[in-house]
Amino acid sequence: MVGIVSYGTYIPRYRIVVDEIARIWGENAEVVKRGLGVEQKSVPGLDEDTATIAVECAREALRRAKIDPKKIGAVFVGSESHPYVVKPTGTVVAEALGVGNEYFCADLEFACKAGTAGIQICYAMVKAGMIDYGVAIGADTSQSRPGDALEFTASAGGACFIIGRNCIAEIEGTFSFTSDTPDFWRREGQPYPSHGGRFTGQPAYFRHIFMATKGLLEKLGLKPSDFNYVVFHQPNAKFPMRVAKMLGFGKEQVRAGLVVPYIGNTYSGSSLIGLASVLDVAKPGERILVTSYGSGAGSDSFSFVVTDKIEEFERNPTVLDKIRECEFIDYGTYVKFMRKIRR
Amino acid sequence: MRVAVIGVGCSKFGELWEMGFRDIMISAGVEALEDANLEGKEIDAIYVGNMSAGRYVGQEHIASLIADYSGLADLHIPCVRVEAGDASGGVALRQAYMAVASGMHDVVIAAGAEKVTDVPNAVEILSSCADVEWEVFNGANLPALYAMIARMHMRRYGTKEEDLAMVSVKNHKNATLNPKAMFRREIDLETALNSPYVAEPLRLFDCSPICDGASVVILASEDVARKYTDTPIYIEACTQASDYLALQSRRDITTMDSVVQASRQAYKIAGIDPKDVDVVEVHDSFTIAEIIAYEDLGFVEKGRGAELVREGVTMLDGEIPVNPSGGLKAFGHAVGATGIRQAVEIVLQLRGDAGKRQVDAERGLSLNVGGTGGTAVVTVFSR
Amino acid sequence: MLPKFWRKIRFRYGLIGSYCENCGNYYYPPRNLCPRCRRKGKVKEVQFSGYGRVLSWSVVHDAVENFWISKPYVVALIELDEGARIIAPLDCNPREIEEGMRVRAVFRKFGEDGEEGIIHYGTKFVPIG
Repeated sequence: MVGIVSYGTYIPRYRIVVDEIARIWGENAEVVKRGLGVEQKSVPGLDEDTATIAVECAREALRRAKIDPKKIGAVFVGSESHPYVVKPTGTVVAEALGVGNEYFCADLEFACKAGTAGIQICYAMVKAGMIDYGVAIGADTSQSRPGDALEFTASAGGACFIIGRNCIAEIEGTFSFTSDTPDFWRREGQPYPSHGGRFTGQPAYFRHIFMATKGLLEKLGLKPSDFNYVVFHQPNAKFPMRVAKMLGFGKEQVRAGLVVPYIGNTYSGSSLIGLASVLDVAKPGERILVTSYGSGAGSDSFSFVVTDKIEEFERNPTVLDKIRECEFIDYGTYVKFMRKIRR
Repeated sequence: MRVAVIGVGCSKFGELWEMGFRDIMISAGVEALEDANLEGKEIDAIYVGNMSAGRYVGQEHIASLIADYSGLADLHIPCVRVEAGDASGGVALRQAYMAVASGMHDVVIAAGAEKVTDVPNAVEILSSCADVEWEVFNGANLPALYAMIARMHMRRYGTKEEDLAMVSVKNHKNATLNPKAMFRREIDLETALNSPYVAEPLRLFDCSPICDGASVVILASEDVARKYTDTPIYIEACTQASDYLALQSRRDITTMDSVVQASRQAYKIAGIDPKDVDVVEVHDSFTIAEIIAYEDLGFVEKGRGAELVREGVTMLDGEIPVNPSGGLKAFGHAVGATGIRQAVEIVLQLRGDAGKRQVDAERGLSLNVGGTGGTAVVTVFSR
Repeated sequence: MLPKFWRKIRFRYGLIGSYCENCGNYYYPPRNLCPRCRRKGKVKEVQFSGYGRVLSWSVVHDAVENFWISKPYVVALIELDEGARIIAPLDCNPREIEEGMRVRAVFRKFGEDGEEGIIHYGTKFVPIG
């Protein structure tokens, strides 16, 4: 069976609290925190970008996988903040991993679900016998317009999944629901994204996650109670809880994978870091549902079943360890790091 | 064949806005020719030390330029530009020395010149004498490299920031007696110790200023020299040594093996010991470099360099005056010109022409270093 | 700068240096010839583990051009466990550095060839623990 052979994550250590951002823009911090369910978010350092984050989480995954990098047959990096608009992040990652020259590669963009799309592609390639191992990464250093609501949550981080046989979590199945829905977008050359406000809710996030998850459950003949954990894309802490309820999942199933309150929305890393956080504690035989969401719009839904192999797998440092390793900065430092200051 | 210095010349060192590269070089050259009482047609060859005219003034083929503007183009003599980072001057001196010592030429000019103020990034260009790909690319410019050397020297041997500052104070004091120096005012320890950090633990006053300047010495074989001067100053030895370029590859970063090698060889050739040296010019591109030079030249054992400056041994009126000119710190560091400028000072001292900063000396030594020690040239002079 | 940087990408990204099979010495950056054995040496590529300790360092205020935005920054002389030495930026609080401190390699951005040029990546170090 094909599935996750290894995983790795990277979260930059800088944090800015919602209170600090609210202070600058004259917002009521308590109202914001209550509304979003988010306390703080991660900020990339001056010498970090999506490529460095992708390399760091991929190196962790590779180290834990204990496989020869030359056996990696494909590298896909999904992001909406690739360092170059033209020139792939994937080749930087592959070079840094020591993959060699014989691999399939392309960069992916589908807002926050580019990473899970990469998993689907690797899954298919391994199943087809085209490759032995595939590397799928979701990483971002998302930009947000100063003073915009998204500034409270748009953060930085990434996760890498190595797909192959002999796995710690098998992919039972995957299903996607996609439509042309412009809820959140960024035009070429624009520094910040634009969004449709409340339009990003029901017609976008909720519709696609609901439909993709339902589609997967029907396809596999499963119901919410068959799962120990469920991970949804996390733009804030409220949406995943609400869609969980809509689908018939309970809050306890969502909890282990909910990382957004502490690190914000890592965009392409969001559902993937959530999945990693679940794998950090999951036991053999447990079943995990993951449904990502990417604006534009689409959702990829997966069912994973944890195998015995996870017991020998090195899970430290965990996502929680990385969440805890933090250095708080002020707004001035934040805008300097995010290069929002015009010189 | 014994080699003598028959003439010296030096421009003012500093930010010479009104003078271009050619102007500076020629002014120093003319002074040297007058000093040696030469017409010009006696010159057999020219060696010029210049680190980076290409990047500083966009001009290569300096050799030809200088032969041209010296008014010697019609003589069609060989002219060579040599480069070894900021040891370019010293290397030019050695090439000129060898040309005369070998009997190849009778009268040879050794010059050094650099014009740095026409570009905004002069200091950055100077760092190209470190390993650009593996040191500078990684954030380590010349001050940072010397700072790492200083920190280790301080940790291992107890050298203090005060000791470094004292070197700066001493050299500034000496320069007040030198009309051509870039900085001619005294500073006190307080000022030096409170100056802003450039690369910790080195502060502003630990770093020599890069500047414009040119220097010339004219060498002649012993017999020929007697025709032109009553006070020939002989070069007893002129040695050169190289070492790994990058600091990370060196055997011990608190020792410049190139300096140790070159000086030991020089003493051997000259038949002397370090204690026989009466006056010294060293390469204080950074104050720590002077302290390490005391050790590597053999004036004191490794690690005890700071004692010499604490005890005033290397002051103008001390046992071994070091950098009576003001050194690179106060006279100014005109990169490729420095090695020749040091030679000019030693010659003036040995002739008794050093004015208010005159010391009593029969034998002198100059040390010119490239970068963090990748090249070292040691020259021993005597009356 | 482009081909010059590209030629060394593997060595910068992966902390790959040289090992001489003849004398057993490790070198970084990579070398064409072993300085001890010269033509008698057998120089091979070797990937370092990325672990080492700090020998000396400086907090740089007068920054190298591509580093100005992060000044003051720390640059350190690090002895890798294999014996080779490297000069590299160290991402850590300047007040918390100690001689002999253990460090490990991380992948970071070094700068760009201007706003339109390529991005330079390579290896920096962080303290362990």
